Amino acid sequence: MVNAPTTNSLSGPLPDPTANAGYAADHPPRVGFFTDTSVCIGCKACEVACKEWNALPADGVGDHGAEGDVLGLTGMSYDNSGGLGASTYRHVAFVEQRVPAKTSVPVELGMPLSQLPGAVNPGEDREGDATEVRWLMASDVCKHCTHAACLDVCPTGALIRTEHGTVLVQDDICNGCGYCIPACPYGVIDQRKGDGGAFKCTMCQDRLGDGLMPACATACPTESIMFGNLDELRERADARLATLHGQNVPEARLYGHDPNDGVGGDGAFFLLLDEPEVYGLPPDPVVTTKDLPSMWRHAGAAALTAAGAVALAFLGARR
Amino acid sequence: MTVRERLRTAAGVLGMGGPATRAQAPATDTASTTSTPLEAPHVAPAPQDAGARDTVARGDRLPDDAGGRGGGGRRRRKGGRGEQLMVPDAEFRSYYDRPIIKPPVWKKPDVPAYLYLGGVAGVSSSLAALGDLTGRTSLRRVGRLTSAGAAVSSVVFLVHDLGRPARFLHMMRVFKPTSPLSMGSWILATFSTFSGATAALELTGWFPRLGRLSGIAAGVFGPAMITYTAVLFSDTAVPAWHDAYEELPFVFAGSAMAAGGSVCLLTGRDAAPARRVAVAGAALEVAAITVMERRIGYSARAYTTGRAGTVLRAARAATITGGIVAAASGFVRGRRGRLLGIASALLLNGASAATRYGVFEAGMVSARDPAYIVVPQRERMRAREADATGTS
Repeated sequence: MVNAPTTNSLSGPLPDPTANAGYAADHPPRVGFFTDTSVCIGCKACEVACKEWNALPADGVGDHGAEGDVLGLTGMSYDNSGGLGASTYRHVAFVEQRVPAKTSVPVELGMPLSQLPGAVNPGEDREGDATEVRWLMASDVCKHCTHAACLDVCPTGALIRTEHGTVLVQDDICNGCGYCIPACPYGVIDQRKGDGGAFKCTMCQDRLGDGLMPACATACPTESIMFGNLDELRERADARLATLHGQNVPEARLYGHDPNDGVGGDGAFFLLLDEPEVYGLPPDPVVTTKDLPSMWRHAGAAALTAAGAVALAFLGARR
Repeated sequence: MTVRERLRTAAGVLGMGGPATRAQAPATDTASTTSTPLEAPHVAPAPQDAGARDTVARGDRLPDDAGGRGGGGRRRRKGGRGEQLMVPDAEFRSYYDRPIIKPPVWKKPDVPAYLYLGGVAGVSSSLAALGDLTGRTSLRRVGRLTSAGAAVSSVVFLVHDLGRPARFLHMMRVFKPTSPLSMGSWILATFSTFSGATAALELTGWFPRLGRLSGIAAGVFGPAMITYTAVLFSDTAVPAWHDAYEELPFVFAGSAMAAGGSVCLLTGRDAAPARRVAVAGAALEVAAITVMERRIGYSARAYTTGRAGTVLRAARAATITGGIVAAASGFVRGRRGRLLGIASALLLNGASAATRYGVFEAGMVSARDPAYIVVPQRERMRAREADATGTS
């Protein structure tokens, strides 16, 4: 409890949420994930590694706010976990899109090229209204927000900011009130059926202390999931974005990296190839407690109105 | 700019990731013009809002019957269910129509009942305290007993709703102003203690002076009891609740006054103040919810359509009728006056419970449907961009 800043903000940029939570100045640096979806191959190794390491029970798509078929499959794509949940801390989204055929520059393999029907020369558009199928895959995870609504609204203190700047549920404290669940603007945390407690990604807190990477990042075969100090990850993300823009992938964009956004920047942020809502992410999330002072003011005004009305009702009332 | 125009413009913006992207990236935005079963349709215009199509890029159009629900595609919103929508259907993109936020795991009837009973308890304790100070013994007695009964039931419902009810005392391990549920737990615990003690002293007749002090303490906490639950709901990412945070405390306060006041007006001779509170509460509730539905934009449809809309319309009708009956009961003497009082209490309490249920249900609907997240957030982003370009 040394060097704790005297001001506590509910929103806006916050350079060091760890210190803001009361850790001493020599706390470890804030760590996070940068998930570069442009290299995700949808192998779900992250989902499996997460389940294994955290010993998470099996769950089905039905537990994530959507119905599945009798086998617990979505029947709509290769995505059969459906979303993040109390027992799914990593979720790989599969988006299948039919898009106009793109002028893709073929990779030179040093082999003689035969002109296939419909093929185009590098730099040329295909004629007419040709289309092709594009797959987007993205591994979603808890964002470990700078201003975490789940943490703010938790009435028991079960949710805490860790020394690594992440957001953690202490299972032995949680009484299952469920308030964190609708508070999360990303729909990450949920209640585990049959248990009653709230669960979400821990960023493998039990590995961080030993200098290990989280299980998902360790298992990712394409380094789509990158783990590290948040400042370094932001620099890597900027460089990757510039590279992709230079490679004629202008639809690449970062999501959750900006400390000026509605949640003060995410501890886990993403490089996406389409709009966030296409991946099931909110386009402009704002931490709900940003408006809390105003909410209390309005509630106070309403309480005074009621108190005044009750008091006035007694004035001059006949007996 | 009307809401409809704003949404049309928003629909136009939805088609593009920004001007730069649009110019160079045909991949995502100018979607196919053909329709195949595989396809994720980028835009399926809402049938009743043909005008919106004109703002959508040409290539984004699909026949109305394309109707697929592919990943990353836009979907066609279902038409209104025979009801007049305050806001037209809008187009948006989503991930297979799945919810973006997690719907609350709060149960029915626990949480609506907890809200309703907390309201009744809060108002009746304030009425009892002032009734005590002004020498209205029957108002004091009915108010104290109603307050304690409702408060204790409210606590039972709250504890029952916990995922781990045996740990309800964990609510008392921190005092946390950023958590409305923490503050609410302290308000509820303090209020219930005073209210319960007052009722016990009322029933036993012991220590009347202590009972008066304890009753006044409960009465002072009463207004907090009836309004903190609005903050509890508003301080979530649930669009219909969060967007309504300015009016929701007044809706809940009015609903509580109508319900608590009408219970207390059954005291007969002493009932004049309680009757006034019930009538004022009914008026406040109807006014606040009307203002709310006009102000909150897209989220208003959660309150006006579907089951929540039906329940809230019925609640409003019962509130207005109950308020009129309550007022009339003051002018009719004898048995008929008592019957009118009972009728108003039934109407206003039914309406109050229905309002809480309707608000709860509206929030659940808005949490399950990604439209309530994507459409307003896109509109907000567009407005911000317009501001930025306008000022620079």
